Amino acid sequence: MADREYCTFRLHDASFGIEVHQVQEVLRPQPLTAVPRANRVVEGLINLRGQIVTAIDLRRRLELPERPADQPAMNIVVRTTDGEVSFLVDEIGDVVIVDEAAFETPPDTVHGVARELIVGAYKLDGRLLLVLDVLRTAQLPVNA
Amino acid sequence: MSEIDEIVGEFLVESYENLDRYDDDLLALERDPADVAVLGSIFRTIHTIKGTCGFFGFSRLESVSHVAENLLGKLRDGELAVTNEIASALLATGDALRGMLADIEATGEEGEREHADLVATLERLQIATAVAAAATDEPGPGAAPSPAGSSGTAAQPAVDASAAVDASAAVDAPPAEAAAEPARPRLGEVLVEQGLATEEQVAMALHAQELGDRRPLGEILLEQTNVPGDDVDLGLATQATGRSLADSSIRVDVGLLDELMNLVGELVLARNQIVQLVTSHQESAFASASQRLNLITTELQEGVMKTRMQPIGNVWNKLPRVVRDLSLSCGKQVELVMEGQDTELDKTIIEAIKDPLTHLVRNAVDHGVEPAADRLAAGKPATGRLVLRAYHEGGQVNIEIADDGAGIDATKIKAKALERGVISAQQAGAMSDREALQLVFAPGFSTAVAVTNVSGRGVGMDVVRTNVERIGGTVDVHTEPGHGTTFRVKIPLTLAIVPALIVGSRGERYAIPQLNLLELVRLEGDQARTGIEQLHGVPVHRLRGRLLPIVRLDHELGTGTASRDGREVVNIVVLQADGHQFGLVVDDITDTQEIVVKPLGSHLKDATLFAGATIMGDGRIALILDVLGIAQRARVVSESRERGATPGDEAVALAAADEHRTLLLLGVGERRAAVALSEVSRLETFQAASVEWAAGGEVVQYRDEILPLIRLGDAIGVHGGGPQRETLEVVVHEVAGRSVGIVVDGILDIVEQDAELSPGDGRPGLLGSTVVHGRVTDVLDVAAVVAMVDPARFADHARFGA
Repeated sequence: MADREYCTFRLHDASFGIEVHQVQEVLRPQPLTAVPRANRVVEGLINLRGQIVTAIDLRRRLELPERPADQPAMNIVVRTTDGEVSFLVDEIGDVVIVDEAAFETPPDTVHGVARELIVGAYKLDGRLLLVLDVLRTAQLPVNA
Repeated sequence: MSEIDEIVGEFLVESYENLDRYDDDLLALERDPADVAVLGSIFRTIHTIKGTCGFFGFSRLESVSHVAENLLGKLRDGELAVTNEIASALLATGDALRGMLADIEATGEEGEREHADLVATLERLQIATAVAAAATDEPGPGAAPSPAGSSGTAAQPAVDASAAVDASAAVDAPPAEAAAEPARPRLGEVLVEQGLATEEQVAMALHAQELGDRRPLGEILLEQTNVPGDDVDLGLATQATGRSLADSSIRVDVGLLDELMNLVGELVLARNQIVQLVTSHQESAFASASQRLNLITTELQEGVMKTRMQPIGNVWNKLPRVVRDLSLSCGKQVELVMEGQDTELDKTIIEAIKDPLTHLVRNAVDHGVEPAADRLAAGKPATGRLVLRAYHEGGQVNIEIADDGAGIDATKIKAKALERGVISAQQAGAMSDREALQLVFAPGFSTAVAVTNVSGRGVGMDVVRTNVERIGGTVDVHTEPGHGTTFRVKIPLTLAIVPALIVGSRGERYAIPQLNLLELVRLEGDQARTGIEQLHGVPVHRLRGRLLPIVRLDHELGTGTASRDGREVVNIVVLQADGHQFGLVVDDITDTQEIVVKPLGSHLKDATLFAGATIMGDGRIALILDVLGIAQRARVVSESRERGATPGDEAVALAAADEHRTLLLLGVGERRAAVALSEVSRLETFQAASVEWAAGGEVVQYRDEILPLIRLGDAIGVHGGGPQRETLEVVVHEVAGRSVGIVVDGILDIVEQDAELSPGDGRPGLLGSTVVHGRVTDVLDVAAVVAMVDPARFADHARFGA
């Protein structure tokens, strides 16, 4: 298998990666318009050059602790079958090329929402890069 | 393969278009069987389809069109005359061909339908009528002598004539081909049609050409006859425009237009942003450039909007056929007149009004226009007149469907509504004729004496209204007994860009489409504190004497309700949803502006409070409120459309009000309640000490009976908390010969009440509320109060007295 390129970002205290070809663009913090009575993971709407894109807070999606109020969220706009969706993350990292051999599926002890959304991890030097299932992550959880 | 698909696609589009014209042509031919040009056009349509089908190998399609062509050939050659029956069979052929084309479009195959009946009919008509024509030995009207006609041998000089005018055309084109192709009209035909030259004159000129005169027809006419030169020029001009129209238009994919429309929407927003920037930067060069951008964008927006505009005639062109078929089957004579076919509407709206309009037209023919005998008896011409009229007015399009029939009899409507249980007798009495007319839009209503297979099954008019309102339109009816009925449909020009009111709530902006907007109310000072009253916990505002339910936007959005008591100003946006009015309280009202409606993503499809979003001049997004969704959430409108959405239901509530016109005003604690005087048997005062206990409740001895007592405050959940009184004020109410006493805190007054009863929120024991002496007052449903408090005890009491 060929090497793959991942766009990396940080959430809470972990590194995550999304395959580069699924990422449309990365944006600095954008003005958000809240949507009352919407699913709680929907942080709001952003104006992407005239197109209205739903922004999903990945901390809430992955059931991580809330982002501190004074920390602005970066946008990673991904392409899904239902159009573009923006993922709100803590900070954007480098694009990394990973060795397919370093991939491992999550152990059975990983459970809950992470089990559903995390495909596996690349064992990089000194850290793990968690790979997200973009399409599933872009779907809204039913109960929230 | 794909190339073939493309060719088939072109064939389909072209054939559909030709078939639409084919229907029109047939109807024209039926009116004027001698019109050779129309017959030629019909023949060409079928011939073209037949030829192309043969090429693609669609054999069934080919065989049907072949039989039809044979029949048409006989009509053209004058062997047959056009009859109703023939026209019907040919129209049916058009439908059959359309069905087969649709099959090809859907599956690529022509389907299994053989249309054997139709083929048999077409064949029978050819023979039967041909015999009849031969027997009378008279040429049919189709064979009326016409030198420029396209039939048989007469075609030859005609071709030469047209070739002579246009020297570049092939002079020796074979006649059959010429007949089969949609040729431009011939100068001779044009001149005769416009009455500028007689047929004889043209015939003479053509004869001269046949004899070898190579000059153009026009010149010969000028020289040989007294046809004035201006007339020939006019004829030539008419002939020329026929071609230029076809050359100057192109086919464009609607998807592309939608995309362009989107991009222009973006441009409008970018323009708005720049215009806003300019106001803060006073640089003249920048300002003038942005001014030009502003103008160009506006023009571009208008231009692109225009590309999506279509004349309403595109919807109407199906209607002559509908009217013809329907009037034949009803045995009526109806003439359809269309005015303002060129009135343009956005394509999406055109699609949306197609069905409602068709229904209204069918309705007018079926119910509006009377049978010929009735019309003659009423001193009207036997043929009914149905006028379709479209025109622009105030940024909207009005469409009128007017018949000159018997009109709608309001008394009959009331009687029918009464019979169907749509309204009560009391209400029918109080209802004005105008109100009664509105009942035709109520679900489950039909005025036809006989239920026909066309309309009058009680579904329809309510659906028409629903569909028209869905696109932000309204439908209204006016009638003049004996002279006819007019339905007027008002619809917006476009849906993509709408005027909206921008309001603020909790620091966010929201857009409210102006279609839903009735008025704005601003309460200041004292009014801000007292203008909104509580009706048993439900806020209401008195708007010109009527109770308007109040909905707080921040509350419905769940964005938190800050204490409002200190506010100096209350802004109420009065909205209408589904026939119900309500007031939406917002923090502030900014302005009105044209907004570009953008859909919300699939993540928010459940967000029923919002109809979409738009981008404001500063680039921020504002959500567009869905007024119906908010009304439903706030329970102003019940969730299912059937309930509470119709005048019929309101009518029931109002009917109840009529019964309760004379009210007895009661005090309950600090509040007031009213009960219909008709429900009251007697008013009594008892000593508090005389109250005894029996069967687990309070009773008093009264007229040798034991009278159970109900404390009204407890029953409707209002606790007076006043001091224990020495006497009890009791309203005695009788149910089925038994009495029950309702204990109140005071009997205040008896009033005649004309104000309408506002429906309550459905809490038991209350009929609704009204305004008495300037105060909001609950009207009690006594029977319900009694039953609600203690049904068991009340049942006991009934046994008691027995």
